[in-house]
Amino acid sequence: MKFKRIFALLAGVAALTAMLLAGLVQGQGRRFDGVQINVLTFTGPQIAEPLRRRGREFEQMTGARVNVVVVPFADLYQQILTDATTGTNSFDAWIFAPQWMADFVPAGIMEDLTARIRADRDIQWSDIGEFFRNFSASYGGKIYTIPLDGDFQMVYYRTDVLQQLNLRPPQTWDDYLAIAKAAHGKDWNGDGRADYGSCIAKKRNAQSYWMFTSILGGFVQSRGTQQGAFFDTDTMRPLVRNEAFAEALRVYKETTQYGPPDELNLDVGDTRGLFTSGRCALSVDWGDIGTLAIDPQTSKVKDKVGAVILPGSRRVLDRASGRLVSCTASLCPHATGGINHAPYAAFGGWSGGINIKARPQAKDAAYALFSYMSSPAVSGKDVTIGITGFNPYRTSHFKNLKLWTDAGFSEAGARVYLGAIEASLNSPNMILDLRIPKNQQYQQVVLDKALSEFLAGQINAQQAMDQINSGWEEITNAEGRERQKQAYRASLSIER
Amino acid sequence: MRAPKDDSRQVPSERTGPGQSRPLQRLYGWLEHRAGLVFLLPAVVVILGFAIFPLLGSLYTSLIRIRFSGGQTELDFVGLANYRKLLLGSEQAHFLGRGGEALWVWVTLFFLALLLAWGLYRRYRQGRGGLAWSLLGGALVLAFAWLVLSRLVPGSLLGTLQTTLFYVFAGTALQYGLGLWLALLCAERLPGTRFFRVVFMLPLAITPVGIAYMFRMLTDTSKGPLQPLWAALGLEGFSWVNDPWGARFAVLIGDTWQWTPFAFIVLLAALQSIPQEQIEAAAVDGATRWQTFRYVIFPYLLPASATLVLIRMIEGFKIVDLPNILTNGGPGTATESITLHAYFAWRTLDVGTAAALGFTLLVLVSVFSTVYARALLPRARGEG
Repeated sequence: MKFKRIFALLAGVAALTAMLLAGLVQGQGRRFDGVQINVLTFTGPQIAEPLRRRGREFEQMTGARVNVVVVPFADLYQQILTDATTGTNSFDAWIFAPQWMADFVPAGIMEDLTARIRADRDIQWSDIGEFFRNFSASYGGKIYTIPLDGDFQMVYYRTDVLQQLNLRPPQTWDDYLAIAKAAHGKDWNGDGRADYGSCIAKKRNAQSYWMFTSILGGFVQSRGTQQGAFFDTDTMRPLVRNEAFAEALRVYKETTQYGPPDELNLDVGDTRGLFTSGRCALSVDWGDIGTLAIDPQTSKVKDKVGAVILPGSRRVLDRASGRLVSCTASLCPHATGGINHAPYAAFGGWSGGINIKARPQAKDAAYALFSYMSSPAVSGKDVTIGITGFNPYRTSHFKNLKLWTDAGFSEAGARVYLGAIEASLNSPNMILDLRIPKNQQYQQVVLDKALSEFLAGQINAQQAMDQINSGWEEITNAEGRERQKQAYRASLSIER
Repeated sequence: MRAPKDDSRQVPSERTGPGQSRPLQRLYGWLEHRAGLVFLLPAVVVILGFAIFPLLGSLYTSLIRIRFSGGQTELDFVGLANYRKLLLGSEQAHFLGRGGEALWVWVTLFFLALLLAWGLYRRYRQGRGGLAWSLLGGALVLAFAWLVLSRLVPGSLLGTLQTTLFYVFAGTALQYGLGLWLALLCAERLPGTRFFRVVFMLPLAITPVGIAYMFRMLTDTSKGPLQPLWAALGLEGFSWVNDPWGARFAVLIGDTWQWTPFAFIVLLAALQSIPQEQIEAAAVDGATRWQTFRYVIFPYLLPASATLVLIRMIEGFKIVDLPNILTNGGPGTATESITLHAYFAWRTLDVGTAAALGFTLLVLVSVFSTVYARALLPRARGEG
């Protein structure tokens, strides 16, 4: 009887110990049990899709709960800023445009991530391209975001269409228009309907205004990145009322003639869908079309897509006279074959930042989530999936061709795609996106509105230029010309 | 005549029982004496809290610019800078449009000025006062007319003000006309009238966002449900979003589809209250259908019509959901109403400009409603 009691006691102690140990083991593996993080980004499917998918994996690994909140792109900037500055702090972290750091960091809402990144070996920080580490992640010498995406705009073309038309990929915007004109109105996907020569997102209050700067770049900036493409770096006067801008407007409007009838109401998601369904011969986009085109479920143009660095121009802006003049060795030192290319690092790439007012545990969890998503193994997979909206930004993404062939690219196709991005990334004449206070007002409000009115025929080119000029000047004057000038100059001095 | 203070204190003591304490008696006395205040106070507090203070708050907002720094919002007082930006600065073309020159504009304005001068002369001859106010009103009407007419010249630009006025006047006219026609049809004793009464009411029960999405699909010529129809009409390659007026009419049609039932139900109710004897008497007298409508039915409809038009116009000034969903304000800014303009400004954190737009709209609607209520409403009701 006594023996039975001792046995029962020992069995009880053993069971209790086993339960405690099991809990401990589980606790060690799930370090964020009970921690919820609210992450804000824009209405997907891009960005929100990988965030949700990787968020679920992260939940299983760490016990954290990742609550993804999405808003339309046009609302994202103000949602982040008003939520944090009014003390609401509903969001612990955000995935947003790194340009906006110019407003968010001075507003004091962003957590400095420098120390965390230095202590984090898994993130392999030096594997992230130097440009993205500087432009997308850093501000004022400190690191505030973790890059999840690398953004350059390029021109995509249908290889089979160009072959049939006996044309070469566009080197200049005149080439682009000529191809678009030749291809427009013919059936290129065999559905019996006439297709389009060019598909460019032109919807207002969306992500369209970057496309215009992609066209403008080759006309306005020729002497290297530090020359700047938006303002005169000495006077902070807008580089708007000149022949380069007028020519870019002309090209921009002419592309509409070879586009879908409702092109003015199409966002990038729409044009990507049209291109991958075989309805467009040309398009301007970030890296997304390249990876969407290899998706066998949605694409009708697999292995029929090529990509080139943004077309350029043989004539560039003479800033003293405001006129377009032919390229010379001194005027266009980076030109190739007499053509000045100025690839545009539009947007900079979606990046994750953390709210300084988030709870410490939520900050830790949000950092761990972004670090996980950006890690070479995870991001190496995501940048090859079209729907993620993520494009290559790590050295390993560019060097490891197997990532891309495994995803469905042909080896030649992968080389062309990555080559176009690398050519943009390595260009000494790359255009850096505007990263000064109120950049969202300059671009998403003033520029976007004037461009959409111009495309709709409400105003002519001169009125569009006058409107952008006065709108930009008004913001500059309100913010302080000297302050804005210093911010602009500082943004252009970024080492790449 | 107000009772003296001491008397009022004695009144409740007569009504209260011997078991009630003195403080309670005092409270009753005070309540009795201040009954008016006590009954009014909740309503006053509600109005102050939900109408007056927010109004003053947004008036203040229209005079500031918001900055974000150090994790806080800073409010810089900028005086009338936001209004200046709207009326004279970078937002002027967006709000007021950009005018063009044409002879017909000046000819129309000239005749309008003659008309106003004749009206003023009549007022003067009749010995009715307020000449200075009349002159000011006349000048405002002329300025307003120029602001609208000069924006209709080819090559000019319509601002959100003119676009809103288009929605208000064209929309109200269409909705009233269609509503009246449907009400007259339903007032006839035709088969299926009860069924159609319900059908005509349905659009009013649908949320405007749903209507906007529905019209967005219907107007899609390349892949919407009406695509075969558009293709048969040879309009497959056409897009209404590329044409400013096409897009404005699309919004107008959606708005008309939604709000015609409101006009229909109000006018139907008014029609059914007309004494049948008068209509029958007109028929006995040999009046035609048109004469019966013009001289018997329509005068009965006028009071309800006047109120209906006023309500629809005030609502029309505030249109926002339909152009936002249907066209996103585009192409360009072609379908943007004043409220949508304010919403876009607010969305980009230009809160001061958004508030200034809101206040300008408030002034516009107030002036318009006051003029309408004073000049037209009494006449429609047969009081003028």
